[in-house]
Amino acid sequence: MFEARIHVMLKKVILDPQGKAVKNGLLAMGYDCVDDLRVGKYLVLTLNTADRAKADREVREMCDRLLSNPVIEEYNYDLQEVAP
Amino acid sequence: MKFGVVVFPGSNCDADCYHVIDQVLEHPVTYIWHQEKKLSGVDCVIIPGGFSYGDYLRTGAIARFAPVMDEVIRFAERGGLILGICNGFQILLEAGLLPGAVLRNESLQFRCHDVFLRVENAATPFTNRYRQGEVIRFPIAHGEGNYYADPDSIKQMDENGQIVFRYCLENGESAAQANPNGAVGNIAGVCNKNGNIMGLMPHPERCCEEILGNTDGILLFSSLLQWWGFPDQKRVTA
Repeated sequence: MFEARIHVMLKKVILDPQGKAVKNGLLAMGYDCVDDLRVGKYLVLTLNTADRAKADREVREMCDRLLSNPVIEEYNYDLQEVAP
Repeated sequence: MKFGVVVFPGSNCDADCYHVIDQVLEHPVTYIWHQEKKLSGVDCVIIPGGFSYGDYLRTGAIARFAPVMDEVIRFAERGGLILGICNGFQILLEAGLLPGAVLRNESLQFRCHDVFLRVENAATPFTNRYRQGEVIRFPIAHGEGNYYADPDSIKQMDENGQIVFRYCLENGESAAQANPNGAVGNIAGVCNKNGNIMGLMPHPERCCEEILGNTDGILLFSSLLQWWGFPDQKRVTA
């Protein structure tokens, strides 16, 4: 079995109003060194296969087709073998 | 001309669309459940507003892979008429049938009020009963309608007449304060290059009767009838 830990973030060129609102909250709390904050998604996916190449190929495909929207988002992931 | 209204779990403007076609436009209309694999001979597919599949992951992302969408995409490729309203627009964007994407409203607020729109292209099947540049009033109700496409795509869309509606002031000026969600270029509605698919965030189906205080929306639906009746038109039935 493999576990994929996937981060999906808005592309850097795209404004993240949610991140900005959270950042302003932290600044209001007195954390005045906060410079930038962006909110994304963290997905943990387990795959029932022993084939690393297949797991890697399918995670990438799932990210491209559903888990992220390539018009506005980018993603990265790491893939680890885990005990079933 | 026969209409079909697609229903997903979480659609909530399906009955409004059905009502407008059936009672105001007085034309045949049928519901199409998201599990269907056929579009049952309709001439125009309406994908209504709501929160399909709870809008989990991204708005429209999961609905885009519902069984019925394979047929909708095939119909689109054959030149069939497809109208996406609000969440329906988001689904068409996720399906890649229209260019761009929507982001969370810049204000982070769910905005629910009337907006003024300028008709940027009155030559589409969806807008031919409006005048070019006419200012109309539609209601909006969304939290994620902040339209985005990269600058090159916007430029191309502009050249192709694919920007159909822009948010504007009552006098027609597309000023920043008329923009309810932060959409690039005040864009409220777009069509594909071929013109047979249109999506918009505002709700024309909510302003088609005097009793609702606004009838600006009915011309969008009757434009479809007019277009369908034009001679030499390429009419496609599902």
